[in-house]
Amino acid sequence: MTDSEAHAQDAGLVHQFENLEQQQEADFLGIWVFLVTEIMFFGGLFASYAIYRWLYFAAFEAGSHILNAEIGAANTMVLLGSSLTMALSVRSAQTGNRRALVFFLIATMILGAIFLGVKAYEYDQKFVEHVVPSLDWAPEGEVLARLAPGGLGHAQLYFFFYFAMTGVHALHMIIGEGLLLWLVLRARKDAFTTHYFAPVEVVGLYWHFVDIVWIFLFPLLYLIGGRY
Amino acid sequence: MSQTIVPQKTYVLVFLGLIALTILTTGVAFIDLGPFNTVAALAIAFAKMLLVVLFFMGVKYSGGLVRIVLVAGFFWLALLIAFTMSDYRTRSWITPPAAWSSSAPPTHP
Repeated sequence: MTDSEAHAQDAGLVHQFENLEQQQEADFLGIWVFLVTEIMFFGGLFASYAIYRWLYFAAFEAGSHILNAEIGAANTMVLLGSSLTMALSVRSAQTGNRRALVFFLIATMILGAIFLGVKAYEYDQKFVEHVVPSLDWAPEGEVLARLAPGGLGHAQLYFFFYFAMTGVHALHMIIGEGLLLWLVLRARKDAFTTHYFAPVEVVGLYWHFVDIVWIFLFPLLYLIGGRY
Repeated sequence: MSQTIVPQKTYVLVFLGLIALTILTTGVAFIDLGPFNTVAALAIAFAKMLLVVLFFMGVKYSGGLVRIVLVAGFFWLALLIAFTMSDYRTRSWITPPAAWSSSAPPTHP
């Protein structure tokens, strides 16, 4: 089979690749290498978090206890649910079930949106409690009494980490929502076949990675030093 | 990889496992285990990560190249955290000579 015949036969094959297998291999290596750069990107945050948590443990523990662990746990489950529907999206693409593919992609988007909505509510609560570093830092009453023993400056540092880490995570989710919307539009136009659905898998890998970041953020930010 | 079609049941079971581990990690946080609270939280998070990586991301079914890339990524992350922490945690072990401190009086004539 000549090159042009292969390209005429396989929808989604771009010209620089010999065939779909080669293209798919390149796609996968590409997304995995990108995810490794993402590990290093979040790794810098996690490493600096580890240092300051060790240096100012009492302040970090007190700051962590201002967060609502139940809301955090519930939101973790929502995000895990979105990973399930994402995995089922990829499976639907493999089996060529377009209706199921669109259904699970939209379900993933909805669960992701619920997660972001809850996150927005939590951010709003931080403004209510005046524990937003720089922008609205004036804890009072019970919150102040709980933060003061560890040192207010160091507690502020904890909330810097909280907003930086969850904020960058939320940004990744917003980008993921855009990618999912793009997939839904393409799937509705029948762009994917049982041979060509690499975009669904690649976005899926990205989505699962963002989920894994949250799997670590939840215990590290919400459950410091136990809640008893 | 894309060639292996995983049964729906597997994905649902993995999801239920992840939910159970989330409940476990939240529950453990409310029990006093001393320093082991942190150990337990990280161990459970690591187990959850393995479930997602192996099943949802399909590394269990994928080839060696993907595994090498993934292991390399985590190896470098481990280097980053281990060397940074070993620096910070050992700084207090030795005190630098007083002459190195800027507040020390100059010793030369």
